[in-house]
Amino acid sequence: MTPLLERRLLFVTGKGGVGKTTIAAGLALLASQHGKRTLVGEVDSKGNLSDYFEVPPTSFEPREISPNLFAMSMHTEESLKEYLRLQLKVPLVARIGPLARTFDFVANAAPGVKEVLTVGKFLWEVRERHYDLVVVDAAATGHVVAQLAAPQGIQELVKVGLVRDQTGWMLDILGDEAQTGVVIVAAPEEMPVNETLELTERIRTETNVDLAAIIVNRVLPELFGRGEEEVFERLRTPDGVAALEAAVGGPVAAVLDAAELAVTLRRTRAGHLARLREGLPPGTNLLYVPELFTRHHGMRATQLVATSLGEELGY
Amino acid sequence: MAPAKSSARAGSIEQLLDAKEIVIHCGSGGVGKTTTAAAAAAEAAIHLGGKVLVLTVDPAKRLANALGLEQFGNIETRVPNAAFAAAGVEPRGELWAAMLDTKQSWDDLVQRHAPDAATRDAILANPLYQNLMGRFVQSHDYIAMERLYEIHSSGTYDLIVVDTPPTRNAIDFLEAPARMADFFSSRFLRWLTVPARSRVLNFASKPFYTVADRILGSQFLEDIAEFFLLFQSMYDGFVDRAKAVTRVLEDRRTTFVVVSTLESAPVREAEFFIRELQARKLHLGAVVLNKVLPDYLLDRKATTSAKRMVADAPAIAEALDRSFGESAQIERVLREVGESFLNFQVVAKREAETKGELAGAPEVVATVPYFDSDIYDLEGLIRLGDKIWR
Repeated sequence: MTPLLERRLLFVTGKGGVGKTTIAAGLALLASQHGKRTLVGEVDSKGNLSDYFEVPPTSFEPREISPNLFAMSMHTEESLKEYLRLQLKVPLVARIGPLARTFDFVANAAPGVKEVLTVGKFLWEVRERHYDLVVVDAAATGHVVAQLAAPQGIQELVKVGLVRDQTGWMLDILGDEAQTGVVIVAAPEEMPVNETLELTERIRTETNVDLAAIIVNRVLPELFGRGEEEVFERLRTPDGVAALEAAVGGPVAAVLDAAELAVTLRRTRAGHLARLREGLPPGTNLLYVPELFTRHHGMRATQLVATSLGEELGY
Repeated sequence: MAPAKSSARAGSIEQLLDAKEIVIHCGSGGVGKTTTAAAAAAEAAIHLGGKVLVLTVDPAKRLANALGLEQFGNIETRVPNAAFAAAGVEPRGELWAAMLDTKQSWDDLVQRHAPDAATRDAILANPLYQNLMGRFVQSHDYIAMERLYEIHSSGTYDLIVVDTPPTRNAIDFLEAPARMADFFSSRFLRWLTVPARSRVLNFASKPFYTVADRILGSQFLEDIAEFFLLFQSMYDGFVDRAKAVTRVLEDRRTTFVVVSTLESAPVREAEFFIRELQARKLHLGAVVLNKVLPDYLLDRKATTSAKRMVADAPAIAEALDRSFGESAQIERVLREVGESFLNFQVVAKREAETKGELAGAPEVVATVPYFDSDIYDLEGLIRLGDKIWR
């Protein structure tokens, strides 16, 4: 299996709320810090990728936001214009005005067009070797299959025409596991684990893209080592609390409650994590990122994620 | 662990649901919309009585099982009284649950609006139809609202609680009916469906269509045209229907509950959604802040104690009786416990700030603490419902 950052194109997906953008930003930052010219792109133009690097909002035109790291956001209409200009040499660029108004209808009427324009843009950057690595903050679990399967779908539906001609090279890059991979971000909670398992299966059966890794975010560390849990339990008793308060010189009930909450949360999450491990096909590349307890997402948090991903990946 | 008392309440379920027939839960993915909606429905069935339906989109398996939802296919299932009895409650009314089956709902819609059996069959068999309804993201939004309308107008239920599908933007499903109407009356569609011969004339004169033809190929355009020609036979029915669905959303008997966690992305979406509701003069029933860390994490004295436990672990361990454990072991426990408190406090502080910023909707904010385990049975739902509404 080609190592994660040795690939050229990574689609990062996951259920809403699991930290998909955090991980995409962290992967891109890590790659750029190891000398790879990296493009990170968000598919949702209303996304907030730029917040994770604390830079002004991204646009369709990639911008270098730190050494070796470029960021952009997808805008399907811009992508269509670029596509017409670069690929089809359509001599109508100047008169494309009515396009904007009608674009939505075309995109809606012809299934897969919006998706192919999205995925196609990133594939194009890979084909032209503009970057060593392209990291896509892709659609959430519900919609990512439609995006990844779009070139195939178009090829089946559209029998002739220039769009069809374009799908061939796209499928070649998408289907090459040395170049392209999907990264599913999961959290050790019930629904994210369910969706990750479902998506793993759908990616295998409905797309020709390789599942490069599953990254489990927000893994809580084990609080207590051997024998320590018993010590904690003894301190939790009324006698324990009284003795501890005397020794500390202040109230400790809330502190102990918080530790118990941490232990319970970890236990619940460990159960879901075990379910995830058992449900995945053998050999699935599983990586872990700990709960980071940061105040805000921003450059510092992104750097922490990049560092912990780097440790997992052996950098 | 007993969850902390919620610091604010949304008022009673009676207040919220007084004269309401539809409660729509919305918010971004992963915030606990489904559970919150199911909890509100259970609460209403228990305390208000009548027939209550929770219409859900994609419930967790265990929750679906708890509600007796073992099959898709738009079938409404009653949650047995035995399940309530097991949870130690006797409901005044009935709780029903149904899952949204997008494909089935579209097929039903076509059945209803197709002018004749031949058109119906042609549409249902059309590969573009399958493709369009399956991949057309907005179609889920629309069909959820359409289904809601259908059930509401059947008059079977006193109250319908809806869990909305995960959309890119929570607002999408509000706009879905209007967009569907727009779509069916669009110029592009009309152009596509004019008889082929006159289209050739139009074709040459309009650069856009030349482009469309070159990109997509004329055969594909023909395929689309045929499909929409079939669909156009249902145009009036569809547009009327979409308008009726919009009217139901705007009706005074409909209210919205915005669900969010206190993480920044969901909160931003919740704020946006609240603004949109206000701009549209739609009724905001409550804001539910879910999975909020307990207040005690912000306690100052506890913070001092936690810091001391980390900094002076050896001295504190030494001062404790050996019956608690070896001093090296106690030391490690004290450090872990203290650090864990301070770690969670970082997140709790961030949450408190975010909550402060969410000041747009006073009086209707309910805070729900982090439960120590997942909610997957009726008892859990009732516990959650009580937390929000009692």
